Amino acid sequence: MGSTIPGVDGYMYPNEMELQWGLLIVLYPFITGLVAGAFILASLERVFKVEQVKPTYRLALLTALAFLLVAPLPLQLHLGHPERSFEMYLTPHLTSAMAMFGFVYLWYLMAVLLLEIWLEWRREIVLLAASTTGVRGFVYRLLTLGSRNISERALALDDRVGWLVTLIGIPSAFLLHGYVGFIFGSVKANPWWSTPLMPIVFLFSAIVSGVALVLLMYMAVCALKGVAADMRCTDTMGRYLLYAFVIDFSLEMLDLLHRVYEADESFKSLDFMVHTRLYGSHILVQIVAGTMVPIGLLALTQVLSLTERARRGLYVAATILTLVGIFAMRWNVVIGGQLFSKSFLGYTTYKMEFATREGLFTAALLLALPFLILWGLVRLLPPWTAPEWRTDRTTA
Amino acid sequence: MTVDRREFLSRTGKLLLLTGTAAAALEHVLAGRAAAAPGYAETEHWWGMIVDIDKCIGCGNCVRACKEENDVPREPYYFRTWVERYHVEHGDMEHPTVDSPNGGFDGFPERYASGDGSKSFFVPKLCNHCVESPCVQVCPVGATFRSRDGVVLVDKDYCLGCRYCVQACPYGCRYIDPRKHVVDKCDLCYHRITKGLTTACAEACPTGARQLVDLKDPKDPVHAFLRTRSIQVLKPQMATHAKVFYAGLDGSVR
Repeated sequence: MGSTIPGVDGYMYPNEMELQWGLLIVLYPFITGLVAGAFILASLERVFKVEQVKPTYRLALLTALAFLLVAPLPLQLHLGHPERSFEMYLTPHLTSAMAMFGFVYLWYLMAVLLLEIWLEWRREIVLLAASTTGVRGFVYRLLTLGSRNISERALALDDRVGWLVTLIGIPSAFLLHGYVGFIFGSVKANPWWSTPLMPIVFLFSAIVSGVALVLLMYMAVCALKGVAADMRCTDTMGRYLLYAFVIDFSLEMLDLLHRVYEADESFKSLDFMVHTRLYGSHILVQIVAGTMVPIGLLALTQVLSLTERARRGLYVAATILTLVGIFAMRWNVVIGGQLFSKSFLGYTTYKMEFATREGLFTAALLLALPFLILWGLVRLLPPWTAPEWRTDRTTA
Repeated sequence: MTVDRREFLSRTGKLLLLTGTAAAALEHVLAGRAAAAPGYAETEHWWGMIVDIDKCIGCGNCVRACKEENDVPREPYYFRTWVERYHVEHGDMEHPTVDSPNGGFDGFPERYASGDGSKSFFVPKLCNHCVESPCVQVCPVGATFRSRDGVVLVDKDYCLGCRYCVQACPYGCRYIDPRKHVVDKCDLCYHRITKGLTTACAEACPTGARQLVDLKDPKDPVHAFLRTRSIQVLKPQMATHAKVFYAGLDGSVR
């Protein structure tokens, strides 16, 4: 069964030859996943009082914000008419999962993340507003939002409200990323996407990627600052990463097993795709290198008594592989879901562009942007000077 | 009541702002309405199409007429309607060989000999104008909508070009117009049918294999067609309440 169109095998409906969603739409769930994961990690410390991960609390919050600010950009750049995107706020179509994006996003940004960050840093903002001059001073004075009260009573109130915001934030983070999974999981026309497990798999993979990112950043920052990483903290995060990863992997394997065993009308087509066009990114990168290897490395740190140096090395390797694996997972969902025909009779190819609006170059910039924003945020709202950080460092 | 200058300016400002907002809001309310011919009563019709597989000869007239009538890009990746050729060997319904060279625009070159135990037939495809349209459901701004006469339409001044509807259509009936960056699909020649004409594809069909039907018209031959023939819709498991009815559709067609 040949085809005269390059890159196409078998029969595709004529309108299916071109992929609709490319690399930028791969970035979107990847980035929102990092946001949700980093936030959920921060919430652990705040709500569940996990003292060990305290050194990363503030860093996790700023990481979540930096990535959240970038999250809508790939969507915006992908639209045929970006200038009309505001219509989603003005006339949202209530049956559309996608129409809810703006509201879920704004809720999460304004009601959760910004509020929590502001409350957390308020004392320092007020102090810096008084002690800094020039443009920086002006920015801090703006950030006080007119409130200079840092009496003990006010700070205690901040703390209580902050706790409440975090409490609301956890389901919000679940909503943010579960919702992204729903966008794909609810498309009944596409059997590769259509599964009620999709939001849950997205959520757990988000937690995995977020914890991995914050752990990696924490170690990188400690290395850059020339201070020793708090091993109690890295060990705890490594353990959480392992637990979350085991759950995530189990869910994905459950989905796979279910598909293989049920073998419905789409199965042969999808199975063929996984063994050919998606083999590298799905089997090799996502499942082997991006999941089984990091789970194995993390498990090693649990069963062997290794030196700090060895553990750090394993954490670095495991977190980098994890991030690659989760990125591959997003890729395989988004791109993989478009490589086969809805007639189940043919396959097409994704041709990545380079220096175009939706090309590799743009994607690389978008992925670098959160780090740039984070660099700015860290300068503005120093995560290291927190009293928690100091006490932790001295008692450790 | 005395109004000082300050209060006057404030009131006028607010009034202007409100008027502007109301005008903008009205524009949004009016968007997503069908652009029918004057005098056309939307609620008196319920449009669909019937396709008689046995009558289709794969000439491609419908594809050419459609592209011409609706200014569809000529490249072989953009179709409002297209024709597929199915080839099924020895009743192997799960593995048909399907082709649609240039969507059937140029007709079909001879490919299969007869008398070898296999069968070949043509299947014209178009938007099914589903009542429970997945594409309408997912459109984030309501730019894709079903009009009151049952036609799924696109407001091209409103479409964001997000492509979610393309993903949601189980039948592959939608494409993004590379010139306008908005979605396009069969609108049953809405500009024609609201004037009492038939669709370009139905008009160009030499055998009457495809016909526009009005399910609300008691005199429409569709009622006899649906009653006397064995009828199927594409992918019934999708439960979209499709309104393109096929007579003689083989089980291998997907």
